[in-house]
Amino acid sequence: MHKGEVIYRHSATVRITHWVNALVLLVLLMSGLQIFNAHPALYLGEDSDFRNPVMAMGAVEEGETMKGVTTIFGYAIPTTGVFGLSGDADSGYDSRGFPWWSTLPGYRNLAMGRRWHFFFAWLFLMNGLAYLAWSFASGHLRRDLAPSRKELGHIGASIREHARLKFPKGEEAKRYNVLQKLAYLAVALLLLPLMLLTGLAMSPGMDAAFPVLLDMFGGRQSARTIHFVSATAIVLFFVVHLVMVLISGVWNNLRSMITGRYVIEPAEGKS
Amino acid sequence: MSEEKRLDRRGFLARGFAAASTVLLGGCEELSDRDWVKRVLESGETLTRVTQEALLSPETLAREYSEADLSPDFKANGSTNPDDPAYVAHAKNGFADWKLSVGGLVETPLELSLAELRAMPSRTQITRHDCVEGWSCIGKWKGVRLSALLDRARLKAGARYLVFHCADALGSTGTEADKYYESIGLADAFHEQTILAYEMNGETLPIPHGAPLRLRVERQLGYKMAKYVMRIEAVDSLAGIRGGRGGFWEDLGYEWYAGI
Repeated sequence: MHKGEVIYRHSATVRITHWVNALVLLVLLMSGLQIFNAHPALYLGEDSDFRNPVMAMGAVEEGETMKGVTTIFGYAIPTTGVFGLSGDADSGYDSRGFPWWSTLPGYRNLAMGRRWHFFFAWLFLMNGLAYLAWSFASGHLRRDLAPSRKELGHIGASIREHARLKFPKGEEAKRYNVLQKLAYLAVALLLLPLMLLTGLAMSPGMDAAFPVLLDMFGGRQSARTIHFVSATAIVLFFVVHLVMVLISGVWNNLRSMITGRYVIEPAEGKS
Repeated sequence: MSEEKRLDRRGFLARGFAAASTVLLGGCEELSDRDWVKRVLESGETLTRVTQEALLSPETLAREYSEADLSPDFKANGSTNPDDPAYVAHAKNGFADWKLSVGGLVETPLELSLAELRAMPSRTQITRHDCVEGWSCIGKWKGVRLSALLDRARLKAGARYLVFHCADALGSTGTEADKYYESIGLADAFHEQTILAYEMNGETLPIPHGAPLRLRVERQLGYKMAKYVMRIEAVDSLAGIRGGRGGFWEDLGYEWYAGI
């Protein structure tokens, strides 16, 4: 029975930091939504212009009933049951930004949300530094993630192949393709560091120590908005990542991220 | 590999994921209530405090802004109109007979009227107020430098914290335990921007913002900046005071060090 060549795809460092990061980001996301719910509105600049938020979630009275409304750049969108007004069978509907099932803890507790968030932020930092230090030192970034000029030239073809859900086989499958490389680089070198820096820019202590944090993002409230948008981008990356893992050989992918071993299917036309 | 084994492994993985997601969603909730989890999570606060203390020298100032940056609508949060009878009487009288008391571990306990406080070395600063909830407002504050008060009262050798006892009550037990209080360490107490403000945006400090006196600790979050300050007490430990964690919100689980 010929099952294809087995290669060692992911090093132990990549595998461990990947799963630590996955857990840590989940906790950071859910505790972050708990913190956001304490004031579910976003602004631009240094301070909060309460009358003109960029985005706000809330409940409004409409006749006898309450409705959840999310306002983005002045446009009001009804979001009852999800944003602004949501609840569970036990307690009924309640005015809150994100629903209980998406926050940590599920009940309202800003203090606990902050504790979870800042503790896991330290884990996030240490795990991220370990990954980046190893990636630079071992050549992982240069060897496995940096796309070559040639690859960048074929980006259109790669997009077309992905759109048709055709994934590389044979020799080509031994490397990340150019879209994967760009996506992973964007997350590891842009989005995740951006989360850290915008997070720090919200700290009055860090702002005093490094006022440049405020200038980088155009003020504390802008930093908070960018933190939110960047978190949303990471969630979107996660959704695409998950879909790709599922449709490009889920067990092979999962095994490679757990044991490191990955089966290369022979390219068509060869045996 | 046989088909059976493959299925077994899949079944194992599937069960593993189901278990993991249950633990994550339901478990974190339950974990939040466990004491040991709280203690582990609290260790993050210590790490944050020690790191920020290392990064901040006593001279590091919070950013100061210009008149043009003032928020037109500075939000008044927490108590906005204390109902304590003694406070209400002072407020009616424009705080003319009111006095701030400074005591505890000091050589010279003080009782100072607003006029006396206004005659002491002052500082005016336009700073950003960051609420723990997430919003920010920029205001202009003028007040007596806390260091000037402490120079006059002279701290005793054992003094390590300053506790601010306030007139307003945020709790609902109907006792003294409802009263707001806060505390800071000596590094923040002697910091240049740490003032007891009696003016806001060029006018006498209004009641919703903490009249007659509001603490400003510009490198920390809003809840550290106690309003309606009536009495300052120098202590060697926070353990014996109220919940023992150094503040009204701290006793409810918020960080004592609010630099983040």
